[in-house]
Amino acid sequence: MLQIDRWKRILILGICLLGLAYAMPNAFYTRVEAHNDAVARIEATGVTTPELVAARDGWPSWLPSSLVNLGLDLRGGAHLLGEVQVEQVYKARVDALWPELRRALAAERDAVGAVRRVPSPEGTLAIEIGNPDQLARAVEIARGFSTPVTTLTGAGQQSLAIDATGSTLTIQLSDAEKALTDDRTIQQSLEIIRRRVDEVGTREPTIMRQGEDRILIQVPGIGSAGELKALIGTTAQLTFNPVTGSTSDPEAAPGIGQFLAPSLDQEGLYYILEDSPVVTGDDLVDAMPGTDENGMPSVNFRFNPTGARAFGAYTSANIGQPFAIVLDNEVISAPVIRSAITTGSGQISGSMNFEQASQLAILLRAGALPAELEFLEERTVGPELGQDSIDAGKVAASVGFIAVIALMILSYGRLGLFATVALAVNMALLFAVLSVIGATLTLPGIAGIVLTIGMAVDANVLVFERIREELRTARGPARAIELGYEKAMSAIVDANITTLIIAAILFVLGSGPVKGFAVTLTIGIVTSVFTALFVTRLLTVMWFERARPKTIEV
Amino acid sequence: MAFRLKLVPEHTAIDFFRAQKITFGISTLLAVLSVVVLFMNGLNFGIDFRGGTTIRTESAQPVDVGAYRAALAPLDLGDVAITEVFDPGFRADQNVAQVRISAQDGVEAVTPETILAVEAALQTVDPSITFPSVESVGPKVSAELIQTAIYAVLASLVAISIYIWLRFEWQFAVGAIVSLIHDVLITMGIFALFQIRFDLTTIAALLTIVGYSINDTVVVFDRLRENLMKYKKRALRELMNLSVNETLSRTVMTSGTTLLALIALLVLGGDVIRGFVFAITFGILIGTYSSIYVAKNVVLWLGVKRNWDKNDPETKKKSASPFEGAEEV
Repeated sequence: MLQIDRWKRILILGICLLGLAYAMPNAFYTRVEAHNDAVARIEATGVTTPELVAARDGWPSWLPSSLVNLGLDLRGGAHLLGEVQVEQVYKARVDALWPELRRALAAERDAVGAVRRVPSPEGTLAIEIGNPDQLARAVEIARGFSTPVTTLTGAGQQSLAIDATGSTLTIQLSDAEKALTDDRTIQQSLEIIRRRVDEVGTREPTIMRQGEDRILIQVPGIGSAGELKALIGTTAQLTFNPVTGSTSDPEAAPGIGQFLAPSLDQEGLYYILEDSPVVTGDDLVDAMPGTDENGMPSVNFRFNPTGARAFGAYTSANIGQPFAIVLDNEVISAPVIRSAITTGSGQISGSMNFEQASQLAILLRAGALPAELEFLEERTVGPELGQDSIDAGKVAASVGFIAVIALMILSYGRLGLFATVALAVNMALLFAVLSVIGATLTLPGIAGIVLTIGMAVDANVLVFERIREELRTARGPARAIELGYEKAMSAIVDANITTLIIAAILFVLGSGPVKGFAVTLTIGIVTSVFTALFVTRLLTVMWFERARPKTIEV
Repeated sequence: MAFRLKLVPEHTAIDFFRAQKITFGISTLLAVLSVVVLFMNGLNFGIDFRGGTTIRTESAQPVDVGAYRAALAPLDLGDVAITEVFDPGFRADQNVAQVRISAQDGVEAVTPETILAVEAALQTVDPSITFPSVESVGPKVSAELIQTAIYAVLASLVAISIYIWLRFEWQFAVGAIVSLIHDVLITMGIFALFQIRFDLTTIAALLTIVGYSINDTVVVFDRLRENLMKYKKRALRELMNLSVNETLSRTVMTSGTTLLALIALLVLGGDVIRGFVFAITFGILIGTYSSIYVAKNVVLWLGVKRNWDKNDPETKKKSASPFEGAEEV
C-alpha cells in the first residue's frame, strides 16, 4: 500500500537538505560575496591583509559559497552590444594583396600588358589588363596568391575567388575564406575587449560572442555604457622594446627615456625598458602558434619589410641582450636574443604550453582591434534602481508566499500544510540550483520565481483534488492517497511538459532578461514537480504511518 | 469536523454549454475587437522593438513634464515622449519620469554625446536630478527583436500543437491552439487599448500566458480523455461538462494561488516590471476562462473519433448518475 523504501526516503531527504545547504549562502548575500571576493583576491595576488582575512573569515569556508549571479538590471552596470565590422578586414586583406599582385603581373608585362586597378566595391580588387586575350594567364598568376582553405565542410576550396570578364580581373576573398576570417576577427576582438575590460577590474564581466559577428559586453558596477565604450574603443598597442634592467620594486624610478613595465605572468617583476620601441605591432604581419627546434610550444611571428629591417639591425647588434615584447605597457615576455633575426620572422619561446602559445599568438595578432565595433544596443542601470527592484521583489515574493500558504492550509488542512513545507523546499532547491549552475537572476527572473510560487502548488492541488474524489468511492484513506497520486500523474506530466516547451523556446530565442526568466521558469518546473511528487508524498506517508487514521479529510 | 475552505462546492453539475452561444459570441467579439484596436491604435512599442533611447530620471523635486520638454526642445531630437511614473513603492521624495527619444536618423545607437546633452539639459531644470537607467537600442537590433518575438510566439504555438496532437488527438490540438490564439489576441488588444508599453518582456509574458493557458486546458483534456475511456457510450457534450466540473475545483484553486502571488507582485513589485506582471495576470484570467469555454467547444464541434453507437439504450441509463461507475477500463 502506502510505502516508500527506506533508501528512497533517505535520498529525498538528502536532496532536500542539500538544497537547503546550497540555497543558504543567498540568505547572507553580502557576507558571502565579500568572502568569495576575498578568497579570489588572496589567491590571485598572494597578499593577505587584515581586511581580506576578516572578509574571508566572515563565512566559514567549509560551507557552500556559490551565489546566484545578479543580472545587470538588479546589480547595476553597463551593457553593450557591438557589431564587429568584419568587412573592414576583407578590405584590408584585398588591399594588401594589390602591391604584391601588381609586382607579379608586372613581371609578365610582355604577356598581359599594362595593369591598373580600377574602382570596385570595397573588399574587392578589380584589375584591368592591357591584353584581354591573355586574361587566362593573369588569372593563373592571381591564382598563385590563393591558398587552399580547409573548412569543416571539406577541403578543395581556395582562399581567393577570382572572376574574369572582358579585360577585367575581379578578386575577392572566397566565402570559405571570409567565414574563416570572420571567425578570426571575432576571436581577436573578444580577446582584446576582454583584456581591456579586465583592466578596469570589475567583478565578473560578461564578454561573449552573440550570433555571427556580434559581441555582447556586460560589466557590472561600471558607471555608464559611455564609459565602457570609451574603454573598448581605445586601440591596443604592441611594441618591442630594449630592456635595460629588471626590478621587483614597483616604485623604482626609471632613467630618462625609460619606463617601468610589469611582467604579465610573473607577479612582482618589473622591467625597465627603453621608451622608443625597436618595432611596433603595426609592423607585425602575422603571428602563429608553432614549435621551436626542441619541439616546445612557441609563437612564430613575421614582420613586414620595414619591421624586418629594423628588427634585423637591432638583433644583430644586441646578441645576448634581452628585449621585451610589450602589450599595453605589460611585458608579455622578455627573451634573450640568441642570434640576429634578419629574415623578418622570429619566434617567441619560453615556459608556455600549447594553449598559452596560441593565446599569445592571438594576443600578438590582436595588438589592435582588427576591425571597428559599431554599437547597436547599450543599457546602463544604476545600482540603486537594481536594489529597489530586489527589495520590491523580496516583499512581493514574501507576501505572495504567505497568501498561497494561507489558501493551501485553509483548503486542504494537514495536506495543505505538507504542501507548503514542500513549497518552501521548492524555493530552496530553486535557489540552490540557480547558485550551483551560476545562473543569472534578472528582474523578470524574480517574476518567474513569484509565478513559480503560485504555480508550484498546482501539482499538489491536482493530487489533493484527486484524493478527495477517490475518498468518495470509499476504499479507505491509504488507497485513496495512492490512487490520487497515480491518477493525477498524467495530468501533471502533460501540464508541465507543455510549460517546459515554452520555457525552452524562451531560452533559445530570448536574450538577457528574458533568458533569465526562462531559466528560473524551467528550474522552477523541475523542482516543483519533484517536491510535489516526492516531498509532499513523503511527508504524507510519514504522517500516515504514525497516525494511522481511519479516515482522512482533505 | 475540521474547517475547509472550499472555493468550489464538492459537487458541481454546471452546464458549461448552456451559455455556449453567449460565451462564444463574447469571445469572438473580444477577439475581433482586439484586432480592430490593434489596427487602429497600434501597440505602444518600447525601444526594444522600434529603437531609440529611454532615460529614467529620479529627483527629489516634483516632475515637471512641461519644463523637461522645454529643456529638451533645443536639442532637436525628433519625437520625445516624457511620462511621469507612479508607484506605491516610491518614497515621498522619489519623483520618477521616463524620457523616450526615438531612434535618430543614420545612427545605430544614440551617441554618448547626445545622452550627455540630454542629461545636462535636464539638470538645468532640476539640479538634483539623477539618471538611474539609460537604455538605447539601434534600429537594426530592434528589427531583429521583432522578428525573434514573432518566431518565438509561432514556434511555441506549433510546438504545443504538435505535443497535444501526439498525446491526444488532432481535434484537441486545434481546440488548444484556438484558445491560445484567443488569449494572446485579447491580451494584445488590451495592451493596444490602454497603450501599455509593449516590449521584449511582454513577449515573454505572452508566452507565459500560452504556457499557463495550455496547462489548464491540458488538465481538462486529460480528464476528458480518461472519461472518454471510462464511459464509452455517453455523449461527448455530457462528458465534457463532467470533466470540467470534476476539475473545476482544481482550476479555481490553481488560478487562485497563482493570482494571489501575481497580485502581490503587481502591487508591490515595483514599476519596472509592472507591464510584464500585468500581462501575465490578465492572461491567467483569460486563460482560465478560455480553457473552460473556448478550447473544449472547439473540440465538441470537431467531434472526437470514438466507438459511437447512437441507438444504444445503455447510454441513457448510465448517464443518470455521473459519479458512479468508477471502475477503470
